Amino acid sequence: MHLDHTHDGPAALGADARRPDGTRRALRIGLGGPVGSGKTATVAALCRALREELSLAVVTNDIYTREDAEFLLRHAVLPPERITAVETGACPHTAIRDDISANLEAVEDLEDETGPLDLVLVESGGDNLTATFSKGLVDAQIFVIDVAGGDDIPRKGGPGVTTADLLVVNKTDLAPYVGSDLGRMAADAEAQRGGLPVVFQSLRSETGVADVAAWVRARLAAWTA
Amino acid sequence: MSRAALLVLADGRFPAGGHAHSGGAEEAVKAGRVTDAASLADFCRGRLHTTGLVSASLAAAAAAGTDPAALDAAADARTPSPALRTAARRLGRQLLRAARATWPGAELDALARRFPKGAHQPVVLGLVARAAGLGPLDAAYCAAYESVSGPATATVRLLSLDPFDATAVLARLAPELDRVADRAVEAARRVADEGVDALPAASAPLLETGAQAHAGWPVRLFAS
Amino acid sequence: MTSTGVRAAARIVARGDGRGGTALPVLEGEGPLSPRRTRGSGAEARVVLVGAMSGPLGGDRFTVTADVETGARLRVGSAAATLALPGQAKGEARYDVRLRAGEEAELHWLPEQLISARGSDLSVTTRVDLAATARLLLREEQVLGRAGEEPGRLTSRLALRIAGRCVLDQELSCGPGAPGGWDGPAVLAGHRAVGQLLVARPEFAERPPPPRTLGTGAAVVPLAGPAALVTAVAPDALRLRRLLEEALALLGQD
Repeated sequence: MHLDHTHDGPAALGADARRPDGTRRALRIGLGGPVGSGKTATVAALCRALREELSLAVVTNDIYTREDAEFLLRHAVLPPERITAVETGACPHTAIRDDISANLEAVEDLEDETGPLDLVLVESGGDNLTATFSKGLVDAQIFVIDVAGGDDIPRKGGPGVTTADLLVVNKTDLAPYVGSDLGRMAADAEAQRGGLPVVFQSLRSETGVADVAAWVRARLAAWTA
Repeated sequence: MSRAALLVLADGRFPAGGHAHSGGAEEAVKAGRVTDAASLADFCRGRLHTTGLVSASLAAAAAAGTDPAALDAAADARTPSPALRTAARRLGRQLLRAARATWPGAELDALARRFPKGAHQPVVLGLVARAAGLGPLDAAYCAAYESVSGPATATVRLLSLDPFDATAVLARLAPELDRVADRAVEAARRVADEGVDALPAASAPLLETGAQAHAGWPVRLFAS
Repeated sequence: MTSTGVRAAARIVARGDGRGGTALPVLEGEGPLSPRRTRGSGAEARVVLVGAMSGPLGGDRFTVTADVETGARLRVGSAAATLALPGQAKGEARYDVRLRAGEEAELHWLPEQLISARGSDLSVTTRVDLAATARLLLREEQVLGRAGEEPGRLTSRLALRIAGRCVLDQELSCGPGAPGGWDGPAVLAGHRAVGQLLVARPEFAERPPPPRTLGTGAAVVPLAGPAALVTAVAPDALRLRRLLEEALALLGQD
């Protein structure tokens, strides 16, 4: 597993678990998914849920440079120095998968300037269903879809839905209005994902982001163990 | 040395961050100066003989073993726009990261220690070429080609330009790329005797002013 | 060697006169270049270059040097625009300007425009060397062709060193025979006037001026040293001058 991943090359490249000074670096979790599925809202909710107990920071990868970062800044979920926007040249999936150099710089600069950090959330700009994060960039990834995007998305699969460490089906409160069958989505997701976890959430409900936050805490416990 | 290493280094998919930069094309498109394949060709030609020549010369000199700190200072003097200096250092740092994983070696490690926030990208490129077993002419070609391939790719995205047309623009620039690479190597040779003042200083006013305007946009697709 | 063109040189040395003013112990010119002292103001000596307008032609070689010694203040202008014309002699004309300012010295180098007429071929090089505490205001304006005329070939290089360190080195090449794309969307895009203001002030080391843009054709930028550069392109000389003056105002009074 890449939790213990090391290689012989120079320090601070790719997925090295240690920083150049030998300390353990922050756990990096990627959040991807289609446009409008609620990635930024989930990141904002996670920041609010975890900021008292963890030292965390966020990197956004926007299609239009700084929109998501500015949403997070406006809602003051974290101090501004803990939010960095990576510019992606109209291709967030390139910046999180094929050429991760800018994201790695951003993550390391955040650790250098605001660290030590426990957790860095790397949010992808809304892209298509095939967009996944490089293992050289993140240690785990969350794929966020929503019920309004069509209840056949889990059945259709694709790398995000199938392989993400956590699948979040968002906006469950809208299901009755858009005619989405949550039971069918759950069954399809389970069939596609071979036992990988799925969370159904509505950020408007009382539980909100609690299930995803619990999953993040568990990953962090495994990372620091 | 393996000439094939040049293909790895010059590949547009080499993961060194170039995909997020338009080389001034985004500003030129928005300002209406680049609207089609013909104006893209003119844009690329102008960029090649200015920024491209300077970059190629810096890369060739670095590959030939000129002190990178002197070259980095010469690059600063040839880059009045602070937005472009920042972009060049950021890209230099990203290239160095990718190259240290690809062609590990003491010289690149030393460069990373000397410039923790990045040296100008063409200077890094020259040293990376060395680490990959390539020579000054290879480094010059790589820098000159990047100076036009970046804007061409970006314009395909910005204007939904026919990608065949954009590629044809690059192909038709090939003889001029040859000349620029030769001039760059010649300049790098003179640097050994005359110092970095012998490097070309060709500039493009609209690339400089455009980069500053672009850096101030609240919404944009590319980092530069 | 029948037609090698004219060689001309002008030399100015400015020196503190010990009474808070500036003396000009050297003020000489030969050939078509002639520097003349005009009424100065305060501690500053003023010189106007006369006759630069009559050249340079193909094959000519002009050199102007100005040395502003410790604590002296010099302001140099020109009586009229300089017109580069085609000459009888083959080959490019050269115009070299060498400027130096010592500690606490101040140089304002504000010539009128350089006009590149059709068929001319001129290479201008301006090299400035400043001591760490010297101050500089330098203006360069190039006009490509007289009204409605195709420009000649013009290459212009501007380099600034402060305390031995190169802070700016830039060359612009345009006109027939210049490397391709010079009039295209990356370089001049049809603009017929291009200019620069170079401002060096020791206090910029601590407080560099913020970068500013004036439309898409002009920008004020802090250089990698205690100096700032204004770059501007415009359709004509008048609008160029207006942009440069607007930009200078943004940098505040010296």
